[in-house]
Amino acid sequence: MATPEGLHEAAVRIGRSNPQHARQGASTYLKRLDYSVLQQCIHCGLCLPTCPTYDETKLERNSPRGRIALMRRIADGKLAVTRAFGEELYFCLGCLACETACPAGVQYGEMFEHARADIEQAGVMRHPRRDVVRKLTLRWLFTHPQALRAFGRLLWVYQNCGLEFLVRTLQLTRFLPGRLRALEPLTPRLERHFSNALIRPVETPLNPRHRVGLLTGCVQDLAFSRVNRDTADVLLANGCEVVTPPAQFCCGSLHAHNGELELSREMARRNLEAFDLDRLDAVITNAAGCGTHLKHYGQLLQDDPVYAERAVKWSAKLRDVHEFLAEIGLEAPRGSIPQKVTYHEACHLCHGQKITRQPRQILQAIPGLELVELPESAWCCGSAGIYNITQPEMSQKLLQRKMENLQKTGADIVASANPGCSVQLQAGIRQTGSQLRVLHPVSLLAQAYRNGQTGRKA
Amino acid sequence: MPNVAEDLVRVLGRERVLWEPEHLAVYGFDGTAALSGEADCVALPKTTGEVAQVIGYAAKNKIPVVTRGSGTGLSGGSVPVPSCIVLCLAQMNRVLELDEKNLTINVESGVVTQKVAELADAVGLLYPPDPGSMKISTVGGNVAENSGGLRGLKYGVTRDYVMGLEVVLANGEVAAFGNKCVKDVAGYSMKDVFIGSEGTLGVITRVLLQLVPRPATKKTMLTTFSQMDAAAETVSAIIAARIIPCTLEFLDRITIRCVEDYAHVGLPLDVEAILLMETDGHPAVVAEEADQMAEIARRHGAVTVQVAQTAEEAARLTTARRVAFAALARVSPTTILEDATVPRSELASMIRFIQQTAAKHDVNVGTFGHMGDGNLHPTFLTDERNAAEMARVEQAMGEIFDHAVRLGGTISGEHGIGLAKKAFLPRAIGDASLEVMRQLKRTLDPDNLLNPGKIFV
Repeated sequence: MATPEGLHEAAVRIGRSNPQHARQGASTYLKRLDYSVLQQCIHCGLCLPTCPTYDETKLERNSPRGRIALMRRIADGKLAVTRAFGEELYFCLGCLACETACPAGVQYGEMFEHARADIEQAGVMRHPRRDVVRKLTLRWLFTHPQALRAFGRLLWVYQNCGLEFLVRTLQLTRFLPGRLRALEPLTPRLERHFSNALIRPVETPLNPRHRVGLLTGCVQDLAFSRVNRDTADVLLANGCEVVTPPAQFCCGSLHAHNGELELSREMARRNLEAFDLDRLDAVITNAAGCGTHLKHYGQLLQDDPVYAERAVKWSAKLRDVHEFLAEIGLEAPRGSIPQKVTYHEACHLCHGQKITRQPRQILQAIPGLELVELPESAWCCGSAGIYNITQPEMSQKLLQRKMENLQKTGADIVASANPGCSVQLQAGIRQTGSQLRVLHPVSLLAQAYRNGQTGRKA
Repeated sequence: MPNVAEDLVRVLGRERVLWEPEHLAVYGFDGTAALSGEADCVALPKTTGEVAQVIGYAAKNKIPVVTRGSGTGLSGGSVPVPSCIVLCLAQMNRVLELDEKNLTINVESGVVTQKVAELADAVGLLYPPDPGSMKISTVGGNVAENSGGLRGLKYGVTRDYVMGLEVVLANGEVAAFGNKCVKDVAGYSMKDVFIGSEGTLGVITRVLLQLVPRPATKKTMLTTFSQMDAAAETVSAIIAARIIPCTLEFLDRITIRCVEDYAHVGLPLDVEAILLMETDGHPAVVAEEADQMAEIARRHGAVTVQVAQTAEEAARLTTARRVAFAALARVSPTTILEDATVPRSELASMIRFIQQTAAKHDVNVGTFGHMGDGNLHPTFLTDERNAAEMARVEQAMGEIFDHAVRLGGTISGEHGIGLAKKAFLPRAIGDASLEVMRQLKRTLDPDNLLNPGKIFV
């Protein structure tokens, strides 16, 4: 269990120079970044209380202000890209709570992605096992949709043929190496059908008023394809013709957040190819983490000779589903869901995209649904992309905090609009034996529409 | 590992002594623009005993010590000096006692100001000092800088709420001053010597603070003006009418734009000045005062007077005002915040002078501040890499300070002297006063080890 002392020690430890890791390098990415981005921080400290890592350790280096100071030093050539810097930037959740707190408008996310790219390029974090895992996942699995779905199929078979049950009952996981053993319970439950089996390439309502593209994501596609179906249903109910290319690529946020900026650009180009932007009013995402990144395609590809212009158009048309529904005016659901629901804010929805009102409005529009506010609703749950895998100790600490806050609400359902958060919350629910259910706000809305049609109550 | 760090590890353990470049770099600055330094190591004590041991060690080995809390200071007071130990008290953050019978709260100095405010509020009390950075600033830092805030006009500043202090002296001994008694004249009021001493006389480790009953109600109003003078005159007229509101905050056009850019609270962008007025207390008094203030504002040319309809709306407005300084950083890379302060009757003159001086030296200045207590924050929006402009900023700043002193004011209302303003101190307070301060410093810190090089040239 993560104690404050344990975490503090871990945080200090990652600052220690280790002679075994003498490797260091110069910066190219941070150096190339527009200097005004680095200069924007006036180190006033207003970000400190909102930073989950600083809150735990009270160490300046674990704060946004501290990390920015290090990044600026590196860009200035006053500090090399060291392993300690690498560990620091991977200790950061990338939750962007600091961006919300920052009156000066510092673009932390931009700096953070460039810093991680520098770290990967300098190779200061290299380790044989890490290299293999990165190659297998970032470079292969998440760049090959068919492979990812095939992997998902295998995992589903494992989870559903009784093998997983057997493994867990016989506690065979104890033969796994420590890190993997700890991670095993975090494996999301996969869906039997992926999005392409659930959603036709074009679905048209009776009187279409809008025409939108739907992004089905990668984790969302494997573990929450029903959320994608629900999103399509909700869009249809709101007069949208929904265009869903059956084969889609990872949006590249995973790559951008993990130091693979070039790969993330490649993923962006492929997605731009998959949609005919001129024939769409908007491109819709229902995954918060993807949404923030997708909206930055314009910035990401600004120097691309072929795609720059299209990327800007993409960014302008990209909408989070809640945001889009609020813009076009939500069709009031008639069916009721008489449940107590609380809303957990995905960091990349509230901090990354500043979308806080719209999901709540959707929930409040559902007859019978009682929305109770979650204390610290915008405090990271510790999922943070793959943070729960790379930094299990800190992640667990945040999950505990989130579960305690969820407990206080007495809700039956926690609504969450990001697949990473949903997986993390489900793990927390299993750990604590809670009866809570995790649902996407749009799934609740879809249910309310369905209940309205059949006159049934949930 | 440097020797000093090695020795301190024996006192604090390996985890609470930092010496790696990645750690030292981030303890090299506070909230002040364009000032930085680097320590030899950073010590993170958790108890008074540990602080005393570190100070004792430093005294024995003649090593300078720079104390800091969250590092939000605005005069470079906690910027490290060469070869020093940075003593960071952020982890020394226990709340020791909330005494509802005596209306006091006793905290370690690393407790965050907001925490004190919340604990007081939870039992129907109020801790009035509310510096702009209260969400993260520490009580110890507030006391060391004698911080003010948005409510200074009616409630005073940090000094007015300190009842007792525990201080580690320069030789490592621990002394306590003051107590829970409202009246106490046993000897000199030594706590007052340490309040506002900027870490140069001792290390404040515990603070006994006074709380007051929370006012039953408050009313917040937003008034707009097409002339800055009119806002200043409104303030003078309100005070002259024997009304002491708890807040009279002022924002000029450029500050309004920056704040609105960040906070989206619906501030009007086409006015020269905004006055945020708040009165608190008994409902009947609040209602009457609010009406009078609105009337006075209108009489002095207010374009609009708008009353916040809900507590949330009022909170949004004051929160927006609180971030004015950092929001101004949107304009240019370097944001130099000053806090020249004048008697309230001289406000209009001071504001005019700031505008003229900025124009004369061709520098960009955004001004906001606590108009009710004459504490202005002319903020220079510049770029530290532009040497020529920085020189003009320096010049304009000097003239503004001189004018404030001429009007019977001071060069710093609430940020302290630190490094940023020490060059201006001699001409602001005069030789005799300065010499008393120097004597005090020599007496309490004979080896000049506590935050050396601050306050005095």
